[in-house]
Amino acid sequence: MNRALRPLVATTAIFALAYLAAVVQFPAMFSTRVMGNFLTDNAFLGIAAVGMTFVIISGGIDLSVGAVIGFTTVLNAVLIMWLGLHPLLAFAISLGVAAAFGAVMGAAIHYLKVPSFIVTLAGMFLARGGASVLSPDSIGIKHELYTTISKSYILLPGGGRLTVIGMIMLLVFAFGIVLAHRTRFGSYVYALGGSEVSAGLMGVPVARTTILIYTLSATLAGLAGIVFSLYTSAGYSLSALGVELDAIAAVVIGGTLLTGGYGFIAGTFIGVMLQGLVQTYIVFDGTLSSWWTKIVIGGLLFLFILLQRLVFSAAAPRRKVFWKT
Amino acid sequence: MVVGAEPVVQARGIVKIFGQHRALDGVDFSVRPGEVHALLGENGAGKSTLIKILTGAYQPDGGEVILDGAAVRFSDPLDAQRHGIGTVYQEVNLLPNRSVAENLFLGHQPTRFGIVQRRVIEARARELLAGYGLEIDVRAELGSYSVAVQQIVAIARAVELSGKVLVLDEPTASLDRNEVAKMFEVVARLKARGLGIIFITHFLDQVFEIADRVTILRNGKLIGTKALSEVTATDVVRMMLGKDLAFDHGGVGVAEAVQGPVRVEFKSLGRQGKVAPFSLALHEGEVVGVAGLLGSGRTEMARLMFGVDSADGGEISVGGKVVSIRNPAQAVAAGFGFCPEDRKLDGIFGELSVRENIIIALQAKLGWFRALNRDEQNEIAGSYAEALDIRAADYEMPVKLLSGGNQQKAILARWLAIDPNFLILDEPTRGIDVGAHAEIVRTINRLREEGLALLVISSELDEVVAYSNRIVVMRDRAMVAELSGADIAPSVIVAAIAENQGGRA
Repeated sequence: MNRALRPLVATTAIFALAYLAAVVQFPAMFSTRVMGNFLTDNAFLGIAAVGMTFVIISGGIDLSVGAVIGFTTVLNAVLIMWLGLHPLLAFAISLGVAAAFGAVMGAAIHYLKVPSFIVTLAGMFLARGGASVLSPDSIGIKHELYTTISKSYILLPGGGRLTVIGMIMLLVFAFGIVLAHRTRFGSYVYALGGSEVSAGLMGVPVARTTILIYTLSATLAGLAGIVFSLYTSAGYSLSALGVELDAIAAVVIGGTLLTGGYGFIAGTFIGVMLQGLVQTYIVFDGTLSSWWTKIVIGGLLFLFILLQRLVFSAAAPRRKVFWKT
Repeated sequence: MVVGAEPVVQARGIVKIFGQHRALDGVDFSVRPGEVHALLGENGAGKSTLIKILTGAYQPDGGEVILDGAAVRFSDPLDAQRHGIGTVYQEVNLLPNRSVAENLFLGHQPTRFGIVQRRVIEARARELLAGYGLEIDVRAELGSYSVAVQQIVAIARAVELSGKVLVLDEPTASLDRNEVAKMFEVVARLKARGLGIIFITHFLDQVFEIADRVTILRNGKLIGTKALSEVTATDVVRMMLGKDLAFDHGGVGVAEAVQGPVRVEFKSLGRQGKVAPFSLALHEGEVVGVAGLLGSGRTEMARLMFGVDSADGGEISVGGKVVSIRNPAQAVAAGFGFCPEDRKLDGIFGELSVRENIIIALQAKLGWFRALNRDEQNEIAGSYAEALDIRAADYEMPVKLLSGGNQQKAILARWLAIDPNFLILDEPTRGIDVGAHAEIVRTINRLREEGLALLVISSELDEVVAYSNRIVVMRDRAMVAELSGADIAPSVIVAAIAENQGGRA
C-alpha cells in the first residue's frame, strides 16, 4: 500500500470505530438527522479546512483563516444591513475582498521570502482588527434570502435534513478533490510541498502557484464566513475565533503531512466529521463539558503526528526493479 | 563512434568573472551529436561554472554560446531546456513525493477540459521508460526507488523535454558498480540516438569507459581537449594537476634528515565507505603531503584524523600515548588543528572580526570559565597576525573583507594560537591569488622548521613537492603509495595516481 495512504486509512478506521461505539451507546446517533446536522454544523469549518489542506500540502500554513471568516461575517452584515445591498452582491464583494487579501499574503510569502507562518499571522491580526473596526458589536442580518436559505433543505430518508450550507460544503469538498488530484494546479501544489527548488527547476510556476494557493485558502475562508453568517444570521467580529487551529487539526488528522508534499482532501473531510462526531457525542451524553471536544481532538492530533512520524521517518521502501537486458 | 562534423552546442571564448576572480578565462568547448564529452578538472577549475553558463543558470561576461550554428543567450535553465539542453544533477532534482509518471510529465501533463489525463500519462511513462530498459510501476512514489532509477527517470525527463544536449553532472557519484553499468547502457542508447552528452565526473576510469573526448580545465583555463583514443590516464592526470608543465625537476623536495621523534601516529584508522584503514606516523618538524584526485578520499582522511567523522576502527596516539578522538573538541584538546578545504563554509566566521576569528579556538580550548579579556585577546591576535603577516587595515574589521590569502592565514593563526602538536591543512592555497601561494608555502616551511608536524592536502603538485618531507598518495578511498626522497617529484606522483586508472593507460 502507498505509505501516504496509511494515515488516511487509520483516520477512516478510527472514525468508523468511534461512530460504531457511539451508536452502541446511543442508538439514536445512527440516523440521517444526526448525519445531516454533522454537515450543517461543521460546514464553515469544512470549507475553510479544504483551503487549509492545499496550503499545508504545499508546505505552508495559513493562520488567518478564522480571522478572515470573522471579517467576512461582519463585512456581509455591514453591506446588507447598513448599505442595503442585496446579499448576493454582498457575497460577491466579500469573496472578492477575501481573495485579494489571500493574493497579497501569497505574494508577500513568495516575493519577500517570509515564512507563511509570519505573513498569515500578520494577516490574522489585520483581518480580526479590521472586523472590529467595521463593527465591534454583533449585527443581526434580516433578509428574505437568509430566511429562504435557512428554510431550504433536501429531506433525507429517515427525516434528516441536507441543508443548503451542508450542500455547499459537500460541493467544496468535491471541487477540492478534483482540483488537488486531477489538475495541473493540484500537481504543482504537491510539487511545492515536495521541494520548492526542484519544482522551480522542473518548470513549475512557483510564484503563481504560491499566490493562487493562498488566494484559494482566503477565498474559501470568505465562503466559510458567508456560510457562517447564513448559519448564525449575524455578523460578529469575534466569531470563528481559533477556527484556523480546528482546521489545521482536521487537516492533520485527515492524514496530511504538516511538512507538506502528502495529503488528501477526502481525509480532511473525515477529520472534520470526526470533530463533529465528538461534539455530537458530548451533546448526547449531556454530562460532559463541551471542552472535552478539545481534549479528544488534542489527543487524536498527537496520535496522528506520532503515526506520521512512524510512517514517514522509516526509510522509504525500495521497490524491486526489473531491468531489461 | 558516431560523430557528426558540426557541434550541436559550442562555447567560444567564455569569460566569467566573480568579483575579482576570473572563474573562466577564454574557455572553448563543444559537443557534437552522438558524442560523450567528458569534462574534467579539480574543485575550482571552472567545470560547474561552465556548465551553469551552458545551461543558462549564469550569463557569461564574455564569449558566446552557439547552439545549432546560431548564438543564443539563455535566461534561465528552463529556457535552455526549451532550446534543447537538459541537465541531470547528482542530487536528483525531482519530486520524491510524487509518482514516477508525474515526475516525467509535470508541467506538461496532457489535459482534457482542465482535467489531467492520468491514464494517458501513465501509459506514456511506461512506454518512455521501456525505451531505457526500465520496467517499473510508474504510479509508485519516485522516492520509493533507488537513486539509480531516479537518475534514469531524471534523464528520461530531460531528454523528453530537451532532446539535443544532455548534461550529466556527476551522475554516478552515489551509484554502485552495477548501477553505473546500467547508467552507461542508458548513456550508450542516447548516444546512438544522436544526442550530445556532456559527462562530468571525477572517476577517470569511467571517463575512459564511456567518453569519446575529454576537456580538461584548471584554474578557469582550458588546458586541452583530446580524443580519449589519443591519451593515457597519466596524460589526463598530468593535465589536471600539472602546472603549465614545468615538469620533472625531481629532487626539489625537502631534505628528509630533519626528523624528530614521532609526534602523532595513526594506526589502521578507517571508516567503512569513506576511507580504507590507513597507518601514518608524523614526526616533529615534518610535513607530509597528501596527493590524489578529487574524491580519492583525501578530505575524508583529514576528517577522520580530526574527529569530524568518527572512525570505526584503529587508534590514534599523540607523543606515544593513545588518545580517543571522536569529535573535534577532543581533537583540539589533543593539540590538533584543522584548516578545512572550504574556507568560507567551514573555516572563517565571516561576520566576526579578525581578532575574534583568531582567538576563538584558544577560547574554546580554555572553556567557559577562563575568558580571555580584551587585552589578552588583542595581544594574542596581534602577535600571531604579525607573525603570519596578515594584512588587514584593522584587526577589528570583519574577516570576510580580507583577501582569500589573508583569511587563510587568519585560520592558521587561530590554530597556532592553541600551540598545536599537529596541523592539518586541506587545500591551503585554493582560491587564493597566485602571488599569495608562495607566501602560504613559505609559512608551511617555517612552521616545519619550528618543529610542528603538518599534514597538507593539495592538488597543486608543484607546491606539494616544495614543502613535503614525505608524500602519501590516495586513490579510490585508500592510501596507495608513500613517496619519499627522490620519489618526491610530480611525475612519480602522477604515475602513482594514474596507476590502474582506465584500462587503456
